[in-house]
Amino acid sequence: MSLPYLSLAIWVPIGAALAVLAMGGDRNAPLQRMLALAGALAGFLVTLPLYAGFDTGTAQMQFEEFAPWIAAFNVNYHLGVDGISVLFMILNAFITVLVVVAGWSVIESRVGQYYASFLMLSGVMNGVFCALDGVLFYVFFEATLIPMFLIIGVWGGPNRVYAAVKFFLYTLAGSLLMLVALLYLYGKSGGSFAILDWHKLPLPLGAQQWLFFGFLLAFAVKVPMWPVHTWLPDAHVEAPTGGSVVLAAIMLKLGAYGLVRFSLPILPDASRELAWMMIALSLVAVVYIGLVALVQTDLKKLIAYSSISHMGFVTLGFFVFNAWGVEGALVQMISHGFVSAALFLCVGVLYDRMHSRMIADYGGVVNTMPRFAALMMLFAMANCGLPATSGFVGEFMVIMGAMQQSFWLAAAAATTLVFGAAYTLWMYKRVIFGAVANAQVAALKDINPRETLVLGLLAAAVLFMGLYPLPFTEVMHASVGELLRHVAQPK
Amino acid sequence: MSLTELLSHLRALPEMILLAGASALMIVDLLSKHAGRRTSFWFAQAVLALCFVATLYVIAESGGTRYYIFYGLYVSDMLSQVLKLFATLAVSAALVYARPYLLDRGLLRGEFLTLMLFALLGIMVMVSANSFLTLYLGLELLSLCLYALVALNRDVAASSEAAMKYFVLGALASGLLLYGMSMIYGATGSLLLPEVAARAAGLAASSSGHVLLVFGLVFMVAGIAFKLGVVPFHMWIPDVYHGASTAVTLVIGTAPKLAAFAMALRLLVNGLPALAVDWQQMLTVLAVLSMALGNLAAIAQTNLKRMLAYSTIAHMGFMLLGLLSGVVEGNRLNAVDAYGAAMFYTVVYVLMSLGAFGVLLLASRKGYECERLEDMKGMNRRDPWVAFLMLLMMFSLAGVPPLAGFYAKLAVISSVVQAGQIWLAVVAVAFSLIGAFYYLRVVKLMYFDEPAGEVAPAGGGAARVLLSVNGVALLAIGILPQPLMTLCQVAIRSL
Repeated sequence: MSLPYLSLAIWVPIGAALAVLAMGGDRNAPLQRMLALAGALAGFLVTLPLYAGFDTGTAQMQFEEFAPWIAAFNVNYHLGVDGISVLFMILNAFITVLVVVAGWSVIESRVGQYYASFLMLSGVMNGVFCALDGVLFYVFFEATLIPMFLIIGVWGGPNRVYAAVKFFLYTLAGSLLMLVALLYLYGKSGGSFAILDWHKLPLPLGAQQWLFFGFLLAFAVKVPMWPVHTWLPDAHVEAPTGGSVVLAAIMLKLGAYGLVRFSLPILPDASRELAWMMIALSLVAVVYIGLVALVQTDLKKLIAYSSISHMGFVTLGFFVFNAWGVEGALVQMISHGFVSAALFLCVGVLYDRMHSRMIADYGGVVNTMPRFAALMMLFAMANCGLPATSGFVGEFMVIMGAMQQSFWLAAAAATTLVFGAAYTLWMYKRVIFGAVANAQVAALKDINPRETLVLGLLAAAVLFMGLYPLPFTEVMHASVGELLRHVAQPK
Repeated sequence: MSLTELLSHLRALPEMILLAGASALMIVDLLSKHAGRRTSFWFAQAVLALCFVATLYVIAESGGTRYYIFYGLYVSDMLSQVLKLFATLAVSAALVYARPYLLDRGLLRGEFLTLMLFALLGIMVMVSANSFLTLYLGLELLSLCLYALVALNRDVAASSEAAMKYFVLGALASGLLLYGMSMIYGATGSLLLPEVAARAAGLAASSSGHVLLVFGLVFMVAGIAFKLGVVPFHMWIPDVYHGASTAVTLVIGTAPKLAAFAMALRLLVNGLPALAVDWQQMLTVLAVLSMALGNLAAIAQTNLKRMLAYSTIAHMGFMLLGLLSGVVEGNRLNAVDAYGAAMFYTVVYVLMSLGAFGVLLLASRKGYECERLEDMKGMNRRDPWVAFLMLLMMFSLAGVPPLAGFYAKLAVISSVVQAGQIWLAVVAVAFSLIGAFYYLRVVKLMYFDEPAGEVAPAGGGAARVLLSVNGVALLAIGILPQPLMTLCQVAIRSL
């Protein structure tokens, strides 16, 4: 008899969020912080058995839970994970702990609401990753908007309202068409919302193509793919550090995950038919957005564009339809979760001290913050895909996958190694090296133990994944293999 | 008259209690000296509670069977009884919300309570109507009470103007409806809905008969559209919502929607199923226009009551989508789902509307009306709990999961897709997105902006407790929508 770990992963953080909210206003802030940390840790702990007890030999759903929910529509509370989704739940819970710690002394107003938003977001996103019912998925997918909307809008920067509303409407616009697509599938499958049933549902190519675009809009906005990416730089710039971290590390993965869970297996013919388009859009993201990142003067914007460029790699990997590509894309997603989170936290560390995100305001930070400079160096290297960091593994695998498809595709994708290195290292040089730029930089204090702990944990994860990726890839093998077999067959 | 025949009239027990109660209330109110109208208020609530229990009794006694009483003029089925339950609850809640507001303004007079009870009686007669005449009687009773309620605040010019507009347009709409009914009566020779349905089916087969019926149908649909407040018969809604005092707006925006829904269902689905193709086309036009105009015009509003008025137009348009997707090429397979979805939508809408206007009432003070968008600024600082409740209402109105409003939209869009009208579903979804913007703006004002000036937190007391229940109910229905959905489907099956 095992516990319902998936339900726990969803509801423990949400329960903690309610408990934090129930403690009232800022008078109880210290207690609320402790409770939030306890909730986040508990949420992380309950995801660990998912990895420990995971059977890597099968592509079947594991830890399944099933309960009727809305009988009138045959909607069920159906949860389960396979090799594709399980790692994201653990990543999500892990990042949540870091976000709670990172906001410890930074957030001073409406502390309870801040932590409750993040915990709620964490639980809901876990729900997205393990929902096996179309409506349940949609509910979780959409429910992520409310906490993130509040996080950006309440604790964000000067232009936060614009960014929050843009974020909300953009993502809602995408997902509403997905709702129509889900309902269409519900009708076609004779009244079933079970995602796994839809995998087997025969559909003519024409219908598949329409559905593909219905889903694509929802997921492309979330990923985000060029040209529906414009909300992301705004959201990142205005969001508080924690918001940026969760947005980049987990929320963007929801879109990419949706592509593997819905678009590829349910619409294999359309996916193959339209792969050229997806590859083209991905390459635009990789190359063009890489160039855009190069000219940014705002640290957060630069990392935001870098995220879009890296996510272009992920979508590229999915649509080359081979094991290298798909596994590489999944590895890249996890690696990007660590690296982008770390980079946004680094910017947060600087911002908390200087209250500026402009690259031009910095220079020579290494002189006053050597420990910070060393850690950020590692993350910058990981962001450009240096071997022995996690960033390398995913990019290498995706390029290998692209190579099997065509040499020129791989060559175009590989330019990211050049652009990535260019914008990341140039940014690093301008911020960290050189002479001390101004009196404010001269007065900087190096990172405190709390910040060291957060960045150190991420550094360990980045290095571990770069040096020994097997624990990550072995989980995926069976599921990815099954997915590819499925996609290769015409419906 | 035999005893059983006499007893069968007990199926109209809730109406009888209400009529007796409302009449007694007029006398009780004369004797009540208390400025707060405490006796009258609690008497009215007691009547409503009794009425609720009586409805439950009728449901239990009939066991879901349909009975015709008063020589077929009146029908007692699950649909009518369930709608009566919701209407009673809505009116009872409206009284609780409105009481402190009206007290502050010296408007809590016996008339208000009496008119509310008679309005409810009108609603009950409408939902149970089995004949054109009964329906019309119920409609007029309801409408006349509402006209008077709008004019209640007679010292304010805007209220009188709104009442006048409402009355003139309402009378016109009633005229249209009556004219349509007379045409159908002329064609079929009956006022009883089941007979009309049977004869219309025969007539519709011939082209001349069909023309005659459609002629009447157009006028009837116009009358229904007016009562629902859908484009292009929506003109009265913004002015009346805005002009009436918020407490009365709350009344107009809630329980009567249930009656209008029942009226559409009785007249079109019960009375003229033979013309389903025709009225579905008409409703399609009305629905699309309403969603478009309602959602777009709401964006431009700076007054919350006007914004909610346009939001009502959009929501009623959305609800029509459920009504128009029941019959596909003469096949009624989709009917229970579709009409059930429309009913679910209406009930959830009433709940949301009650909550949203309830927040406005609660946040208003003596000499201070909370009705402009700016008044929502910084609500989270002033009163986090009320701000949170309003957030629930707004996200629910916008149709964001996991709130009840989402399942309402889901159910309706689902039935539209099952009816094969994908384009209509896409249109509905697109306008929902536009609608999300102005609901979001309210949340933005409450949470992101600083309060403009010093305003005391919202009031307390029974209204606050009930509002909390209301908000949490939206969340609860959102998490477990099954019971309410089943109830709606059971009600529709009895149709």
